[in-house]
Amino acid sequence: MEILRTAPNPWGQEVLVGVAWDLLWAAAIAGFVFVVGHHLYVWIMAPKAPKTAPEPAQEVPERVERHSQASRTFHWLMAATMLTLLVTAFFPVIGVQFAWVTIHWIAGIVLTLLIIWHIIHASTKQDFWSVWTGAKEIGQAFQAAGKFLRRQPAKEERSGKYPLDQRAYHNAVTLVSLGVIVTGILMMVGVDTWFWASNPYFLSDSTWGLVFVLHGLCGVVLVTMVIAHVYFAIRPEKRWMTRSMIKGWITREEYLEHYDPDLWKLGTEPAGAELAGGSASSADPDGVVPA
Amino acid sequence: MAVIRDMMPAFELFQPTSVDEALDVLERHDNTWVLAGGLDSMDWFKDRIKRPDVVVELGSVSELTGIRASGDGLEIGAMTSLRDVVANEDVRSRFGLLADAAAQVATPQIRNQGTLGGNLIQDTRCWYYRGGWPCYRAGGNICYAGTPRSMNREHAVTGQSRCVAVNGADTAGALVALGAQMLVRSAGGERVYEAEDFFVGPEIDIERMTVLEPGDLLTHVHIPGDWAGARFYWETARDRKSWDWALASVAAAIVESNGTIERARIAINGVAPTPVRLTDVEDLIQGMPANDDTGMAAGELATRGFKPLRHNDYKVPLARNLVRRAVRGDMA
Repeated sequence: MEILRTAPNPWGQEVLVGVAWDLLWAAAIAGFVFVVGHHLYVWIMAPKAPKTAPEPAQEVPERVERHSQASRTFHWLMAATMLTLLVTAFFPVIGVQFAWVTIHWIAGIVLTLLIIWHIIHASTKQDFWSVWTGAKEIGQAFQAAGKFLRRQPAKEERSGKYPLDQRAYHNAVTLVSLGVIVTGILMMVGVDTWFWASNPYFLSDSTWGLVFVLHGLCGVVLVTMVIAHVYFAIRPEKRWMTRSMIKGWITREEYLEHYDPDLWKLGTEPAGAELAGGSASSADPDGVVPA
Repeated sequence: MAVIRDMMPAFELFQPTSVDEALDVLERHDNTWVLAGGLDSMDWFKDRIKRPDVVVELGSVSELTGIRASGDGLEIGAMTSLRDVVANEDVRSRFGLLADAAAQVATPQIRNQGTLGGNLIQDTRCWYYRGGWPCYRAGGNICYAGTPRSMNREHAVTGQSRCVAVNGADTAGALVALGAQMLVRSAGGERVYEAEDFFVGPEIDIERMTVLEPGDLLTHVHIPGDWAGARFYWETARDRKSWDWALASVAAAIVESNGTIERARIAINGVAPTPVRLTDVEDLIQGMPANDDTGMAAGELATRGFKPLRHNDYKVPLARNLVRRAVRGDMA
C-alpha cells in the first residue's frame, strides 16, 4: 500500500505532493471494521451492565434540555458542511466526477466560520473546558479500559453532561478539524477565488507538499471518524442522544439513568451553559424544558 | 526537467488486431498506453515523462479505420488518418467543417500518420506540464503557468480551475459544432458521449483532458446528419501558418433561412481547457441576420467573463473577432 506521493520538483529534488489515495480506502475499511467489530462485541461479548434504578429526584422535570437551539443548529450545519467537504474531496477520487473545487472551498470557508462561531459561543456562553478531556477523564479512561479487558460491567459511574467517549471524540475531531482548516486555508492561497488570485509561490514546493499531506491525512482520518459517529448515532441504545440533538431534550428517566445529578446540576448554571454539565461545579438553569 | 533522448525506456508492446483483443490487453495490465499515430507518444516516452509498462499499438485494428455511412450521418473510425478525413468526399461535401479543421492539423506528413482519435485525445501543450514540472495536471500541487511571472501567452482565458492549460485539438471544436458523438468502449461495454461532454475540464478532473479512463478506447466518432450541408465556418489563428497549434480557433455550423439564422452551433477552442460550445451565442443569434452587427454582438457575448492571464489578454479580442467572423460568414 502506498502512503505518500512524491514527485521531482523543477530543481530535481524529490518532494512530497500528497497522500496516496490508498489511505482513503484504508480509512474507510478501518471505519467499517470498527463498526462491525463494535457491533459484534456488543451483541456477543459485552458484559451486561446492571441497570441502575433512577434515584428519586422530584426536582427533575419530565424533559431536560441537553442541547440549546444554537448548539443544535451549529451541530447540523457543521455536519452538512463536513459531509459536503468529504463528498467533494473523495467522490472524485473514487471515480464520481463533477466540478468539486468551488463547492469544496466554499464549504471549507463555511466550516471555518462555524468553528470560529463555536469557539466564541463556547467561550462566552458555555463552560469552555467542560467537553475537554483532563487528567481525571484520562484516569477514568484507564479504569474503563481495565474493566473492558477484564470483561467487567462498565456501568456505575454516571457521567456529567458529556461522558468520556463523547469528550474523547470531541477532542479528536477538534484536532483533526483544525488540521484540515489550517491547511485548507493555506491551500486557498493557491486557488483563484473571488477575493484574490492564486499565488503558488507563497510556500516552497516541499512546504506545499507538507501542507497537502497534512490536509489529506486529516481528511482520511475524518472519514473513519464520521463513519464511527454516524454508527453510534443510529445504534438503538444511543438514539435518545441523537433525538436530543434533534429535539434538544432528554427525558427525566434518561437524565437519571445516564447522568450524575452532582456532575450535571440542573438549574444553577449561567444561562445558555448547556455544555457545562461535565464539570462538577456546573449546573444549568436553562436545562429544564416544559414537558 | 525533461531532456529528450534518443532512447525510450523499455515497455512491453502489444499489437492487437481487434478491439476486443486490445481491450483485453488493457484490462489485464496496469500502466498502459494506447498508441494511435504515435506522433505525440514518442516525445512523451523519450522525455521520460510518461513511462508506461505496456504500450498497445492500434495500427493493426482494421475495425477502427475507415469512414462509413451511419444513419443519416457518418461514422469515422478513431484510427482513420487525418489525411483520409480531409480527402473523404462524404466528409468534404456534407461535413466540410471537419475537413477544414483536419486540413489545418500540423503538416501533410503528420496528417498522413496522425489519426482523428489521436488528435482528439492529445494531451495539452502546456510546456510546464510537458517539461515534466510537477504541476496539478501531473499530480502535483501547483500550476506553474498561472502566476503573473509565468510564460502563459498560449494558455487559457476562460475555464481555468487551478490549471490554465488549453485543449489543442484542431478537430475537437469542429466535432462539437457538428454535434458529434464519441463512442467509447471498455471491457465493461460501450458508452456514447456528446462531443462537448467528451472533453473534461480541470474543475472536474485536473489530470485528464477527456472522459477516457485507463482501459477505455475511443473507437468511433459519429457525426449525425443534423448539420449536413449547413454553412460552415472554420478559422484558426496561429503563430505560424502550419505545424502549429491554435492560439484560438472557431468552428461554426449555421443554417440560414430567409436571410436570418435559423439555428447554429458554434464552438471555440484554444482558449480553455476544453472546447467551449457557445450556447448563449447560439441562442442570441437565432432569428437574427448573419451580418457584422450580429457577429459583433456574438463576439462580445462569447468573450464575456474571460479572465486573461498576464501574457494572453490578446486572446480576448482574438476570440471575439473569430466568433464575429464566423457568424458573419467571411474572413474579410
